[in-house]
Amino acid sequence: MPELPPIVEFRQVSKSFGEARAVDAVSFAVRPGEFFSLLGPSGCGKTTTLRLLAGFETPDDDGGEVRIDGEVVNRRRPYERRIGMVFQSYALFPHLSVERNVAFGLEEHRIPPTEIPGRVERAPGLVRLAPATYARRKPHQLSGGQRQRVALARALVLEPTILLLDEPLGALDLKLRKEMQLELKTLNRQLGMTFIYVTHDQEEALAMSDRIAVMSAARVAQLGTPAEIYENPRTEFVAQFIGEANLFGGVAGRAGGGAGGLRPILQADGRDLLVPDHPGLREGTEVRIAVRPEWLDLCAPGEVPPGENALPGTVGDVIYLGETMHVVVTLAAGARVRVALRNEGQLLNPLRWTRGDAVMVAWRPEDCQVLEPA
Amino acid sequence: MTRRLPGWLVALVTGVFVLLHLPVLVLVAYSFNASRYSADWSGFTLHWYARLLERPDILRALRLSLTVATVATVLATVLGTLVALGLARSGFRGKRMVEGGLYLPIVTPEIVTGISLLILFVAVRVPLGVGTVIVAHTAFCLPFVAVVVLARLRGMDRSLEEAALILGADEATAFRRVTLPLLAPGIMAGALLAFTLSLDDFVITFFVAGPGGTTLPVLVYSMVRRGIEPTINAVSAVLVLLTSLTVALAARVGGERGA
Amino acid sequence: MSIRRRLLGFFARRPAAGAWALLGPGLLWLLLFFAIPLAVLIGYSVLHRGTYGGVSPGFTLEHYRRFSDPIYLAVAARTLRIALATTGLCLLLGYPVAYVIARAGRWRNALLFLVILPFWTSFLVRTYAMIVLLRTGGVINSVLMGLGVTGAPLDLLYTPGAVVAGLVYGYLPFMILPIYASLERLDLDLLDAAEALGARAWSRFRRVTLPLSLPGVAAGSLLVFIPALGAFLTPDLLGGAKTMMLGNLVQNQFGPARNWPFGSAVSFALMVVVFAGLMVWLRVRDAEGEA
Repeated sequence: MPELPPIVEFRQVSKSFGEARAVDAVSFAVRPGEFFSLLGPSGCGKTTTLRLLAGFETPDDDGGEVRIDGEVVNRRRPYERRIGMVFQSYALFPHLSVERNVAFGLEEHRIPPTEIPGRVERAPGLVRLAPATYARRKPHQLSGGQRQRVALARALVLEPTILLLDEPLGALDLKLRKEMQLELKTLNRQLGMTFIYVTHDQEEALAMSDRIAVMSAARVAQLGTPAEIYENPRTEFVAQFIGEANLFGGVAGRAGGGAGGLRPILQADGRDLLVPDHPGLREGTEVRIAVRPEWLDLCAPGEVPPGENALPGTVGDVIYLGETMHVVVTLAAGARVRVALRNEGQLLNPLRWTRGDAVMVAWRPEDCQVLEPA
Repeated sequence: MTRRLPGWLVALVTGVFVLLHLPVLVLVAYSFNASRYSADWSGFTLHWYARLLERPDILRALRLSLTVATVATVLATVLGTLVALGLARSGFRGKRMVEGGLYLPIVTPEIVTGISLLILFVAVRVPLGVGTVIVAHTAFCLPFVAVVVLARLRGMDRSLEEAALILGADEATAFRRVTLPLLAPGIMAGALLAFTLSLDDFVITFFVAGPGGTTLPVLVYSMVRRGIEPTINAVSAVLVLLTSLTVALAARVGGERGA
Repeated sequence: MSIRRRLLGFFARRPAAGAWALLGPGLLWLLLFFAIPLAVLIGYSVLHRGTYGGVSPGFTLEHYRRFSDPIYLAVAARTLRIALATTGLCLLLGYPVAYVIARAGRWRNALLFLVILPFWTSFLVRTYAMIVLLRTGGVINSVLMGLGVTGAPLDLLYTPGAVVAGLVYGYLPFMILPIYASLERLDLDLLDAAEALGARAWSRFRRVTLPLSLPGVAAGSLLVFIPALGAFLTPDLLGGAKTMMLGNLVQNQFGPARNWPFGSAVSFALMVVVFAGLMVWLRVRDAEGEA
């Protein structure tokens, strides 16, 4: 299948507020129909990025190009962009009934008044609210989940090609949030609409997105599919922001110092680690690697499988998490690592390890990620 | 709210509330007192109110007060609301100074405001009268309106306007369909404040009124200076009734709007 | 593209221009009828005195030097004393009221309404009501004599005490409302926490409630002190000739004394004090906003 031209494209876009750069030379392209997330901690520039796309902010004078459907829209006003948006606060007009809220955009787009009630009734997302209960009510008479659906319906009724969502699930409780995540994902697939989703919740981004742009300090730190982001984090920030990561450091050894395309990382205490060789590695330079807790295993000293990296340590806290058990191990070198083990049922098949046990933390050399220098 | 308040505290506070309202209540009560000179109660009468109707100067002053208050309120509300809207916009140079400066007319002693306006009008040879009173009232009501409307604007979610824009309304339509309706209670409150401030003002009016600008408070003042007489009680009661009616009416309108 | 859209686009891209277009008419009005008159007033304060009121040309600082005259120093000192006494009394009476309202539960709105109600009554009428109460043949004297407390009527009116009473009566709501606002925001869990830590009622008030309401106390005190300093009507009607305050001095210079430049100098001095008060208030408010 040939690659479709991007529906949204940022080319080196920058936006400053006074001296502060909120968005710094950000580039990415979104494919039509994609569920694309901007993920990052608060203050990373993700919301400003979304607002630049909506047209509430204008890029700096030499601040690159925002393109929609191939056209530069830097100076276009929000109402000239035909974009839908769901706001964090929902931004439902408190002085209008639910019905009039949903009809607002239709009225502004000069839809004949006779057609409006029908289209409001068929608005996607409203389906699950019985008309009699919502139509005449004011937004403050609705529950959080209902408001959220109305906000969604108000945006979708205009059938935009792009829908922007600014942390729309932030105010909902966990159960409702999970439900809405699924519903949004379904809507995205059924309507074939491009969703651009801002969130600081990494689990949410992983669960819903086709691709994620992880943002940090006004820049895109990494862009990729959820699996790429989680399994191949490129920087220490990405490794730690998405999921959990144990970090190890050392000095790169000579290429070919290990068998089969592996390269040793020399540690201060002489216990070298093997990692997959990486074009960015040069002998004698500092290297950081990330290993996810579930890539690690625990063995008794002397039982380490051949060819695996292994570091000695002492078992500390054991944390019961349901699906998994997290074992905190203090390494001989002083650092603490988290090891995730599958919970085989503590009642029938209790964990072998208890606090104070001497263990080896072991992992296969290919189960680690060499990080780019910060 | 499980903690009980000590009895002495409740007694003290009750006393303060009595002090706060007793003088005006006494005044209104005495406007119905038949006795001319003493404070002794010598029977109920409407005589003093009847006397008001025989005084063309009082009726003229009342009409002037209402005219001035209406015109000044309209001007101050429009200008003050625009100032608030300007100040609520995203940062621009001098914004903090303008905002701080708005409080200056509010805190300036009325005597200073009145005198300085008098000096200006005399210096540029503007004859004192209804015109100068309206101009002065608009000037001192305007910052109050701006501050009240600004507070309402600050409490408003800016994303509501943005939602209107993204739904296809341009800035002017978004203002008409979203900002203005949500701002209306604030504008009403500001206008109401302006109207009562104007209706009640004595000090500034006293200096810029001239012979043709005798509003009701200015007239009451000159009556008080000439000597205490029960007619003043009746005029005062009318003035109290007037502002109370304004407030009640506004509360009514505001209540219906909110429902 | 329509002219309307083009115009909107112009202002949308230049937010500062849009803001100034909105501010323009109102600020112009305040410039013409507030700022410029004040500037003229300040200008007058350094000119020579005209024979029949007004001014005659020539720069001088003599009107500011006149402040050192004991007569005027006495007026300034009295003004300060009266303003301070008013503020102190308002605080003493207003704090308990604010405290009770903040703890009044469902009565809260009704009590607040009772506090705000006097605002809707003309200040002149309220001052006149004080005359009705205080004058020789007035209500208080009648009651006292009727009860046999005193044989002859007391001289209550035309005293500094009458002025303070009038000012307290006039400005008490300005003290109550900001203190109420700071008490109302107070998290009641803090008091429970203090109690759990062993603090008795008085201790809870002194160590938790009071410190947290201090911004309200500061704001309220300034809101009373500033207008009390510039009072004119109250001392004029309740104070008489012997209780002249700075406001009356100003009026006197533009009236019978016919010394406009000196009156302007006194006005300017009053302005400076008030301006300093405003600065302090804005500081307090901003500090509160950050907290």
